[in-house]
Amino acid sequence: MSILVDDDTRVVVQGITGGEGKFHAEQMIDYGTNVVAGAVPGKGGQEVAGVPVYDTVHDAVDEEDADASVIFVPPAFAADAIFEALDTDLDLAVAITEGIPTQDMAKVNKRLQETDTRLQGPNCPGIITPGEAKLGILPGNIFSEGKVGLVSRSGTLTYQVVDSLTQRGIGQTTAIGIGGDPIIGTDFIDALELFEADEETEAVVMCGEIGGEDEEEAAEYIAQNMDTPVAGFIAGRTAPPGKRMGHAGAIVSGSGTGTAESKINALNEAGVPVGDTPEEVADDIEDLL
Amino acid sequence: MKLHEYQAKQVFAEAGIPTPGSTLATSVDEVVEAASDLGYPVAVKAQVHVGGRGKAGGIKLAENETEAREAAESILGMDLKGYTVDKVLVEEAVDFTNELYVGVTMDRGEGKPVVMVSEKGGVNIEEVAEEDPEAIAREHVDPAFGLHPFQARKVVYDAGIPREVAGDVASILTTLYELYEDRDGSDVEVNPLMVTSDDEVIAADAVMNIDEDALFRQPELAEMEDEAAEDELEAKANEYGFDYVRLDGNVGIIGNGAGLVMTTLDLVDYYGGKPANFLDIGGGAKAERVANALDMVFSDENVDSVVFNIFGGITRGDEVAKGINSALEQFDEIPKRVVVRLAGTNAEEGREILNDELVTVEETLEGAVQRAVEYADTEAEQ
Repeated sequence: MSILVDDDTRVVVQGITGGEGKFHAEQMIDYGTNVVAGAVPGKGGQEVAGVPVYDTVHDAVDEEDADASVIFVPPAFAADAIFEALDTDLDLAVAITEGIPTQDMAKVNKRLQETDTRLQGPNCPGIITPGEAKLGILPGNIFSEGKVGLVSRSGTLTYQVVDSLTQRGIGQTTAIGIGGDPIIGTDFIDALELFEADEETEAVVMCGEIGGEDEEEAAEYIAQNMDTPVAGFIAGRTAPPGKRMGHAGAIVSGSGTGTAESKINALNEAGVPVGDTPEEVADDIEDLL
Repeated sequence: MKLHEYQAKQVFAEAGIPTPGSTLATSVDEVVEAASDLGYPVAVKAQVHVGGRGKAGGIKLAENETEAREAAESILGMDLKGYTVDKVLVEEAVDFTNELYVGVTMDRGEGKPVVMVSEKGGVNIEEVAEEDPEAIAREHVDPAFGLHPFQARKVVYDAGIPREVAGDVASILTTLYELYEDRDGSDVEVNPLMVTSDDEVIAADAVMNIDEDALFRQPELAEMEDEAAEDELEAKANEYGFDYVRLDGNVGIIGNGAGLVMTTLDLVDYYGGKPANFLDIGGGAKAERVANALDMVFSDENVDSVVFNIFGGITRGDEVAKGINSALEQFDEIPKRVVVRLAGTNAEEGREILNDELVTVEETLEGAVQRAVEYADTEAEQ
């Protein structure tokens, strides 16, 4: 068991003819992901990474039964690519692109409420079910099959924590990067809900960071709805107010909302241990299993 | 990206929002000349990207030439929270009876823009927001439709804006929302929006911040970016295309990925050190970018040691190692000790390439941070 993606997921890569798209399509296929098509306007009829390219996502769905997409489209065109994915009723669209204008994402967010497609990202590393499928740019070799679910706003921080787990022999059911932008599709609560419902997931790691109030809301959700134990980590304890720390969403506002302290307190109150270091998170997971 | 008040007012005025007459000045003589053209009294206002300018002495009223000269002399060249003032806006002082607040921003929790209006505008709007949030009326906007006229009226009535000016305030709010949308604003606000004794409404200040991710389609606004207004090192980071934030400690930090770099900062603090900066080299960095990052951090004279932490996904350890070697080989003497931790893609290859005589290699993140903190402490003692 796993969440959202597995052996059967049929993937279309939007932007497969670009440098990033092609490289990562090949990496995904090498990992064993069932990539069935690419979609790039004007490039229909070509073959890239051994799969057929179509002009539209609709064609890729009609011809190859794709049910999930990964989006490697430059920021100026990425919102349109997401709208296109949503228009085809795919189960899942994973937007890797970093730097999509926030107001474009507000429009996408509005459209999301009218469709059944789940959006993950943007500005995220993707999703991986070890041994079965990866959609995105995560380095497959550090992951291992097992019983811990992982949800994170940051890519490389996910790798850091997963590496600690794998080295201790603790594998993962699915790892999902929800992205570092202010407006995202799948959020902590959505991912936690999926892990809670997954029978194989015995514990969950949640890696948050400063900015917004998603971690606080997730803490409330955990307290009220989850039996599966959760271990937490919050990045950005030393971030000064008013400065954007890389991610567009990682900013402590002048009025003091979005601080690491408030998130750590909320999680602790929900019974979630929050490690001071990534190694401590792995310790916490060992204790919880 | 922040616009200066004078730039934002120019954008507002072009869109039809009433603003006081004003002139930009860079010398005392220019201030005096502008003031006499505009007619006294005038306000002399520092143009720097700093909040709370008035309270910090960056805004002064002048009733006559002597006062204008004094105001210009005290403000021009002054240090305002770390920024040197090199230009001021000389503006007709508005004789007001009331100060209002209007603004548009993104409510990230809702994923929707929100317009805000308050009858309690002025310098204390942040306190109002904290202590009396009810005094700020809010209305969420569906981004697919934009701000409906009824919504603009509703939020103005909800805020208790006097009837005599309600229509004008709603119309200004509508224009602000259009600017927010057309110009990819992240925050657009007027505080205070002044009401005069004959019920005129005038934007006495103007804030317009632009979504940096949208600058590619806002070329006119992108040109307004005032690089001189930024910290020198932050300007250099812009040039190199790094996400960089300068802090006040002495351990330089370079890494890939915002979350991991933030974590490295936190660990420096956790192990008793003080981070000097946040520097994210991003994904897939090649040797040259790595060398540029080291150059950046060495340029900060506060830095006593450097920790370089890479967890390779799309970034390759061997590329990073080559960049570190080539950057350090240029020096006869390495400026500050560098601790490197490589993990993930091609990390082993990278560790083999790294020149042990130039850098200290650590296997774990925790180990690397502790070592860098130790080096910084030793260096600082000398």
